[in-house]
Amino acid sequence: MTALAPDAAVTAGTTQRRTARERWRLRGPLLPALIFTIVVTQIPFLVTIAVSTLNWNILQPSDKSFLGLGKYQSFAGLKNYGTVFTDSRLRTAVTNTVVLTASVVVVSLLIGLVLAILLDRKFPGRGLARTLLIAPFLVMPVASALLWKHALYNPDYGLFNGVLNWVWQLFGAAEGPTVDYVSKTPMPAVVAALVWQWTPFMMLILLAGLQSQPGDVLEAAKIDRASGLQTFRFITLPHLRQYIELSTLLGSIYVVQTFDAIFTITQGGPGAATTNLPYEIYLTMFRKYEYGEAAAAGVVVVAGTIIVATFALRVISSLFREEISR
Amino acid sequence: MTTVVDQPSTATPTNQRRARRRRTREIGGAGPWWALGTWIVTLIFFAPVAWMVLTSVHREADAATNPPSPFAPITFSNYGDLFDRGVRPYLINSATASIVSTLLVLLLAVPAAYALSIKPVEKWTDVMFFFLSTKFLPPIAALLPIYLIVKDAGMLDNVFTLVILYTSMNLPIAVWMMRSFLAEVPIEVLEAAQVDGAGLIRTLVSIVTPIATPGLAATSLICFIFSWNEFMFAVNLTAVRAATAPIFLVGFISSQGLFLAKLCAAATLVSLPVLIAGFAAQDKLVRGLSLGAVK
Repeated sequence: MTALAPDAAVTAGTTQRRTARERWRLRGPLLPALIFTIVVTQIPFLVTIAVSTLNWNILQPSDKSFLGLGKYQSFAGLKNYGTVFTDSRLRTAVTNTVVLTASVVVVSLLIGLVLAILLDRKFPGRGLARTLLIAPFLVMPVASALLWKHALYNPDYGLFNGVLNWVWQLFGAAEGPTVDYVSKTPMPAVVAALVWQWTPFMMLILLAGLQSQPGDVLEAAKIDRASGLQTFRFITLPHLRQYIELSTLLGSIYVVQTFDAIFTITQGGPGAATTNLPYEIYLTMFRKYEYGEAAAAGVVVVAGTIIVATFALRVISSLFREEISR
Repeated sequence: MTTVVDQPSTATPTNQRRARRRRTREIGGAGPWWALGTWIVTLIFFAPVAWMVLTSVHREADAATNPPSPFAPITFSNYGDLFDRGVRPYLINSATASIVSTLLVLLLAVPAAYALSIKPVEKWTDVMFFFLSTKFLPPIAALLPIYLIVKDAGMLDNVFTLVILYTSMNLPIAVWMMRSFLAEVPIEVLEAAQVDGAGLIRTLVSIVTPIATPGLAATSLICFIFSWNEFMFAVNLTAVRAATAPIFLVGFISSQGLFLAKLCAAATLVSLPVLIAGFAAQDKLVRGLSLGAVK
C-alpha cells in the first residue's frame, strides 16, 4: 500500500542540499512512530499471506511447525483462495458485505446531507441541536447495537412496537401489530442501526464542506437573483463534491469492517442472512478453526479495501494538496 | 431547503418591511419553520439515546411495558446494581487501555508530526500517506496472526496487548491531526525566533506548544474515543482479567429475566466517558474523523 503516495515535489526545494548526517537528524523524531507502525501493522499482514497458503485446521492432527506459532497440516498453494471464491457461505458473506456497506453508506450520506443543510443556517439552539445529533456516533457501538436489539426492536416491549401499539390504541384498536424486526427483516434491521450510528459522521464532514463555501460567491449568486435551488444545484453541490466523495469513501472503509453490530444484533443470522466478511472470517477462525481459509478470506478483504482506499487516497491527497499549497 | 428565500416583495409597506426583515435574517439565518423542522428531526434522531437514558432510571417492571411508560417513577438503583455485579474492573481495564495507549500515541505522534511539518524530512508526503494507508487495512484480516503471536508470547488476556494494538490503530490519525495543527505554526515566527537566538527547546516551549495545545487536546480525545469503543480485538484477545467495558455489556445479557433497565444503565454508563469527550472535542471531531483532511 505504500506505493499509493503522491510525489513530494512540494518540499523538494527545501530538502535538496543536506548532508547525510543532517538528514538523519531530521528523520530522528519520525523513526519511532514509523518503525512501530511498520512492525505492528505490516508484519501481521505478511503472516496472514503466509498462512493463507497452508492447510491448517487446529482440530486435525498436524506436525509441521509454522514459525513456532503453531502446527499446520500441509502446504496448500492457492487452494484456500479457490475455497473462498467457491464456498457458498463465503460468497453469501461477500454479497452481504456489499449490500450492507452500500445501503448504510448511501442512506446515511443522504440523511447526513439533509441534516447538514438544515444545520448550515443559524437558528435558535443550533449548537445544542448539533451536539444532540452527534450523540449516536459517540454511543459505544456495542451499546448502540444492544440498545437497538433489545430496547427498540424487541417484539414484546421494544419502543417501536410499543409506539405502534400506543398509536393503535389511541385510535381505538385493541392492540397494535407485533413485528419481530430482527427475525423478519434482519438485514434492514442491522442497516437501520448502523445508519443511525454513521449519519452523524457523514453530517459532520458535509457540514464542514458547506461552511467552507466562499461567502462572496453565495453573495454574488444572491445578487444575480439565483433561486435557492439554483444556488444549491450550481454552486453548493459542485463545491460539496469532494466532501461527498470523502465521506462516502471513508464511510465505506469503516462500514466494511463492521463487526460489533453483526455480533450483537443477529450473530450473522438467521442462517447466514446477515453474515458479512469480518463476521464470517471470525467464524472460520474461532468456530471452524480453519486458519488457512480465514487467512485467505482476510487477504481478499484487504485486496477489496485497497481498491476503495486507492480512490479515497486520491480524494484526500487532492484536499491535502489544496491545504499545503495555501 | 429554500423555505426562507425572500420573494421580490409586492408593493404594500408592511410587506416591504417584512421582506426587509426576512432579508437581514437570511444572511446566515433561518426562519421559524426551518428551526422547528430541524428541531423535530433532531429530536427524532436523538430519541433512542434519550430512551436509553430514561429506561436506565426506571424499574425493570416499568421498562418492559407495552405500550411504553415514559412517566414511570425514577430510580437510580440500576446503576448501583451494575457496581454490585462487578462492572468496576471492566471500566478500569477500559480506562487503562485507552489512557495508556493515548499517551503512547502522543509520545510517538508528536515528534513524528514535528518531523513532517516544522522541520520536514524529504518525501514527507509519502510518509504521511504510508501512515494513512495503514488505517485503511481492515483489522479483522490481522486478527489471526496477532492472535497467534500474542498467544505465543503469553500475552492473551493482557491489557497491554490492547494498549499496543490501540496505539497502532490510532497512531495514523494522531500523526495526521498533529501535523495539520503544527502546520498552523507560522514559519515566519519560527524564523524570527531563530534570528533572536532561541534554541530548539526554547522555540518548542514558547512558540510551538501554545499554538499546538488545543490540537494536542483534540487529538487525545479522539484517540481516547476510538480505544474506549473498540470491540473486535477486545472480545477475541481477552477473557477474564483484561476484559474491557464493551465485553461487560455483551456478557451482561446472557442472564435470564428482565434486564432491559439494567442493560440501558450499563449502556449509558459505558458510553458516558466518550459522550463527554466527544462533546468536548466536537469542533475538532470532524478533523479527526477525516484524518485531518477536513477542517
